[in-house]
Order: sequence, then structure tokens, then C-alpha cells
Amino acid sequence: MIIRIMGEGQLRLPDGAAEKLNELDVDLEAAVDKHDEDAFHVALHKLLERARELGETLPHDAIEPSDLILPGEGATIEEVHDLLADGGLIPG
Amino acid sequence: MRGWAALMGVMKRVSTIFRAKANKALDKYEDPRETLDYSYTTQLELLQKVRRGVADVATSRKRVELQMNQVQQTSDKLDRQARDALAAGREDLAREALTRKASVQSQLADLQTQYASLQGEEEKLTAASQRLQAKVDAFRVRKETIKATYTAAEATTRINEVFTGISEEMSDVGLAIQRAEDKTAQMQARAGAIDELMASGALSDALGGTPADDIQAELDRMGASGSVDGELAKMKAELAGGAPKQLAGGAPVQDAVPDQTPGYQAPQPNAGGTQ
Repeated sequence: MIIRIMGEGQLRLPDGAAEKLNELDVDLEAAVDKHDEDAFHVALHKLLERARELGETLPHDAIEPSDLILPGEGATIEEVHDLLADGGLIPG
Repeated sequence: MRGWAALMGVMKRVSTIFRAKANKALDKYEDPRETLDYSYTTQLELLQKVRRGVADVATSRKRVELQMNQVQQTSDKLDRQARDALAAGREDLAREALTRKASVQSQLADLQTQYASLQGEEEKLTAASQRLQAKVDAFRVRKETIKATYTAAEATTRINEVFTGISEEMSDVGLAIQRAEDKTAQMQARAGAIDELMASGALSDALGGTPADDIQAELDRMGASGSVDGELAKMKAELAGGAPKQLAGGAPVQDAVPDQTPGYQAPQPNAGGTQ
């Protein structure tokens, strides 16, 4: 499975790694829904740390779509909201 | 969909949005191979934009650096003034100078934070630019291979993948540039405000809008009245000692520098005393 950490690049994760990320992702989404910025930062940081631990950086010249896309470190809830709002933020 | 279908939530939703966006773009062309050429042009434009973005952030960072130096100089000056004032026995003035120094210092800390933030942005954009460059190069090669090897019908799947992959990268980089631009604009607005304050001589609101140099003015005044006192004392001594009556031709009082500690203390409360 390939994931992208926005602003950082792509990682290839072994099978089954998704399960390990899943529980953290639930926290992240709960924080987004409750608009709890502090909880969001904590959850996002944990999630990204775990993803980096489990994954292997994809070479720069690889052109592969990601199965999952994570907001980058330092992203705000607002930015994530915008991303989810029908890609309103995404250019092109 | 696949093994990771269990993973619902933010991550999947975002990736779905990215894919939908790419698919929409792909649908615009009857021959999918045309999409490759169109995309390549867009990629080159984006690369240019990222490079400009890196340059803009660097310019902004340098400006903040310059301001940090200016603010540091102001802080040093206030520190010197505080010492001078204290040496002249004016604790009130020294206190005022140190109070201002404290607010100048907090401004400096704010600038340092901005500087670090711009530096981080610059690093991220530089890395994004390198990643994008590598992908654009790889894309050019794959594009030509696909065009040479496959018919339009056969090419579809391969094009889909490479197009979706590069679109995702471009969306990501595009967002990074937007963010950097927003940050740079914010910083420039703040930097402009600080420049204006510097130019007007009032350092900041925190300083109560007082010209930063009024402490210096007071110190100068003290210095000047010290000279006047010295001059007066000298004259009195001369008169008492039956010195020549002709006093004309002396240097202007303001420029006179007493060459010794005045022996006579003027009674004005404002005079810089040696006590």
C-alpha cells in the first residue's frame, strides 16, 4: 500500500500496516469532527510517526497514485476540512 | 475496494477526492495520449511556479533577517542608554530605557519565530521542487514510451495510473505553494508595518508611540547642561580670581566640553549631577 504524507512525499507500507494506522485515524477523524485542534495535532502527529515507522520512502522519480493521503505535519483542522469539502482547496 | 478498505476516514476520503479530480481531467480527452502532453505542459509550468515560490520565500526570509538586525541594534542602543542614564544618576531614565528594551526584545523574539517559520517553508518547498523535478523527468520518459508502444485503447490503463500519480503530486505541490504564498504575504504585511515604525522613529505600539530617541534627547540635554554648569563654574572662578575682564571669544557654550568635574553644582533639578 502506498500512502502520501502531504508536503512530504510517499511511503510504501507493508500489508497489514493499514490496520495499525486505522485506530489512530479514528482519533484523527473524531478530532476533526469535534473541531478539537489540540487533539487533532496530537492524533495527526502520532499517525504520521507511525506511518513513517512502518513505511519506506518511495524514490523521487516514482509516479504512483497513493491509496491513502495523510495531511502533513502542522496541518490545521481547517485545512483538512477544506480538503474534504469536495477538494475545494486542491488546485488543478 | 482493496485490502485497505477497512481504513475509512480522513485518509481515504482525501485520496478519493484526488483520484476523482484526476479522472475528471482524463475524461476531457478522447485520445488519452493527448492527456499526457497536456499534463506535461502543466507540470513544467508548476515546476516554474515552485521555483518562483522558493525564491519568494527566500526574499521574505532575508527581509525578516534584516529587520532582526535592526531591532537588535535598537535593543543594544537602549541598553547603552540605560547604562549612560544610570551612570548619570538618572535611574528613572534607565528604567524607561530598559522597559523599552524589554518590548523591543519581545519584538525580536516574534521576528525569530517568523524567521524559523519561513526557513521551514523554504526547506519544504525546495524539497518539493526536487521531488517534482524527478517525477517530471520520469514522466517525460514514460509518456514517450507509452505513446510509442501502445494504441490509444491499450494505453488507457497505463495512462490512468501515471496520470493519477502525477496529478496527485501536482495537487500536493500546488497546495504547498499556496501555503507558502499565504505565509509570505502575511510576513510581508508584518514586515512592512515594522519598517514603517522604524522609519517613523517610534518603534512600536508597545513603546507607547513615544519616539525612541527621547531618552537620548534627555541624556543629551543632561550632557549639555553639564557643560553649561562647567562653563559657569569656570567663569565664576575666573571672576573671583581677578582674571582678565574680557570674556568674549569663548567657544559657544553648547560645544564646550568641561575638562574637569564641575566644581559648582547648578541648583536646577534637571541638571545632571554627579551624585
